[in-house]
Amino acid sequence: MSLNELWFLLIAVLFVGFFFLEGFDFGVGMETQILAKNDTERRVLINSIGPFWDANEVWLITGAGAMFAAFPHWYATLFSGFYIPFVFALLALIARGVAFEFRGKRDSKAWQKTWDVCIFFGSFLPPFLLAVVFASFIKGLPIDGDMQMYAGFFDIVNVYTVVAGITVVLLCLVHGLMFTTLRTVGDLQVRARKLAQKLLIPLAVLLVAFVIMTYTMTDIFDKRGVLLWIVVVLGVVAYLLSGYFMTKKKDGYAFGMTGAVMALSVASIFIGLFPRVMISSLDQAFNLTITNAASGHYSLKVMTIVALTLLPFVLGYQIWSYFVFHKRIHEKEHLEY
Amino acid sequence: MDTVILSRIQFASTTIFHYFFVPVSIGLALLIAIMETMYVRKGNEEYKRMAQFWGKLFLINFAVGVVTGILQEFQFGMNWSDYSRFVGDVFGAPLAIEALLAFFLESTFIGVWIFGWDKVSKRVHLVSIWLVALGTMLSAFWILAANSFMQHPVGFEINNGRAEMNDIFALITNGQLLVEFPHTVLAAYATGAFLVTGISAYKLLKKQDIPFFRKSFEIAAIVGIISSFGVAVAGHAQAQYLVETQPMKMAASEALWGESGDPAPWTVFANIDTENQINTGEVQIPYLLSFLSYSKFSGDVKGMLELQKEYELAYGPGDYIPPVKTTFWSFRIMVAAGSLMIALGVYAIYLMWRKKMDRPNTWFMRFMFWGLLLPPIANTSGWIMTEIGRQPWTVFGLMTTEDSVSPNITSGQVLFSVISFTAIYAILGAVLIGLFVKVIKKGPYAMDNEHGESHDPYNKED
Repeated sequence: MSLNELWFLLIAVLFVGFFFLEGFDFGVGMETQILAKNDTERRVLINSIGPFWDANEVWLITGAGAMFAAFPHWYATLFSGFYIPFVFALLALIARGVAFEFRGKRDSKAWQKTWDVCIFFGSFLPPFLLAVVFASFIKGLPIDGDMQMYAGFFDIVNVYTVVAGITVVLLCLVHGLMFTTLRTVGDLQVRARKLAQKLLIPLAVLLVAFVIMTYTMTDIFDKRGVLLWIVVVLGVVAYLLSGYFMTKKKDGYAFGMTGAVMALSVASIFIGLFPRVMISSLDQAFNLTITNAASGHYSLKVMTIVALTLLPFVLGYQIWSYFVFHKRIHEKEHLEY
Repeated sequence: MDTVILSRIQFASTTIFHYFFVPVSIGLALLIAIMETMYVRKGNEEYKRMAQFWGKLFLINFAVGVVTGILQEFQFGMNWSDYSRFVGDVFGAPLAIEALLAFFLESTFIGVWIFGWDKVSKRVHLVSIWLVALGTMLSAFWILAANSFMQHPVGFEINNGRAEMNDIFALITNGQLLVEFPHTVLAAYATGAFLVTGISAYKLLKKQDIPFFRKSFEIAAIVGIISSFGVAVAGHAQAQYLVETQPMKMAASEALWGESGDPAPWTVFANIDTENQINTGEVQIPYLLSFLSYSKFSGDVKGMLELQKEYELAYGPGDYIPPVKTTFWSFRIMVAAGSLMIALGVYAIYLMWRKKMDRPNTWFMRFMFWGLLLPPIANTSGWIMTEIGRQPWTVFGLMTTEDSVSPNITSGQVLFSVISFTAIYAILGAVLIGLFVKVIKKGPYAMDNEHGESHDPYNKED
């Protein structure tokens, strides 16, 4: 494997990890308006992701940083090309991040409501917008010979990308609901499981629609047919298993399976892209690839050494932190911090 | 307005706003780690309460620092994509390492620290806050490594019209970094320290929780005076490095148009006429500029007009003189604020040493309270001098600001983002100050009882 391939893989892993991890805390953020009946339940939900969401978001920051370092042209084309979607995503992430910290700091209903709205939109908009961006990756974007992307509104927002956005949002919600079943007790836990089960059908419809549209509207099944069909089959299996485990109340396994569906969905985008990183709808020759968008060999080598040295530690203490906070959250507990 | 100007406004506002919170996080993390260490060693609950009380302010501040940091990372690609293409190879690496090495560390262990008071052992809890403090420092190191490359590019070669890294060790032993890192980090420690002394002074003036705030004041004053002195020493080294590597920035920060003469005097104030490239009135201290530049009382310093000719020969025709007034005055504001910090710190230490802290003079305590504004003033003007003084370059000698901007964004888009981000900054700033005031007013002993509906202090399970 060349270093360029390795870094493409690492970036894919970072984004898969981001959607798997922050996926559930986005979902829990949405639940605060959908599932929670009162303020205590909302507090329980927020505390269930309290120790984790920040580190989960760092997966996104690291993914973007890795793009910058390993494929500067990818980073530059992507971030300048999707200027406005990123402005909205950033505003949402800013509001959400401070809302977790701010909402409990004053005893005022209006105050808490304001930040709760921020948590909801901040949990809903970023996965939606990021999914729109990722879906338009494989659909192709107007990128010219200078690697500059001049996208109009409908290049970014169209039926295909919007379906992708809604699918990922719903997937985050189901994934988050399963996380809630793992971290809470009693009524909240039961309701979370029930709602997850209810959402399985609409989610299945969306996923199937997305696969069909991907098959007909993009070239990725032509390019990576066998591999993608394997991913689709695995996805279907994981999906069915998640439903099965939900009915058997095996929440841990069900959470693993909803996460697997998320991971496979994101992975399929990267598999379809490879070895391209952005597809030009103007001319195949203008595609950004892991070769023409990449940093020099020395830089990739240095980054590889650094990443391979640090990753075991990073993964180690992150897993440890989940172990530290493995106990379920009770309403009777001191919920402030 | 064109996208370059708007993107510069975007960059300036984002960076300045972000950098109100970063030094507070770095500084408070260290102080809290010290307080918690004293708690673990001495077993005195008062120290634990200190860590928790100042920890509240730390967390409010940290949240804003983190969320504005994401924007800081994204805007290089959004607004400065041609810059990102040109230097991504060199500049992206420190950013990615920062995320891997520092951000994961901070974000994971801050979670353990907040939620882990009764879930992990005292020692593990203490290690967590030290790891957070370490993380903030590592983060500063790598982001300054990236910034130092912009000030003084090293460890690269130009290939296919791009700067490609060829020596990572040159990048992390960049002379610029070696003077910039201690200067910046010590300034951050001073920022945290003066925030704590300032708030403590306010509470002592109000005669509230006197033992608690006197102790806090003393710990912070010691950190404050050591770091303020350190900032000055490191700053002196940085000025000397500047004369060698970015003489134009040095000349602009002195409003020095022609030759300085030997020995060179330091200009305290000047009435700068940028149009005619002359100063129409100056107050000067003899010998001082020679000393600042070379640590001796002789030697002349080159002026902007001569440097402009040299730069034209080296880089082609163009205007290489940065905005002189901004550079000149921001430097003076920084130095003045730093000097005041040292003066306040010295007097505070004198009071502590003479054991007069139980009845300090009211005027002094008022100064100490307002003194909490000095570090942010110094930090901000320091960065303005550093970044404006480098103009017209983004990467000194290699790439201009004008060439760095994203060619595919419209001024409407940037205007939209400038307005929306400025609005959200204004809201965040106001909320943060409001919350700070609230936490401070409540004081350290009210903490256990707020939102008391589900919390019983006598219940061991809590």
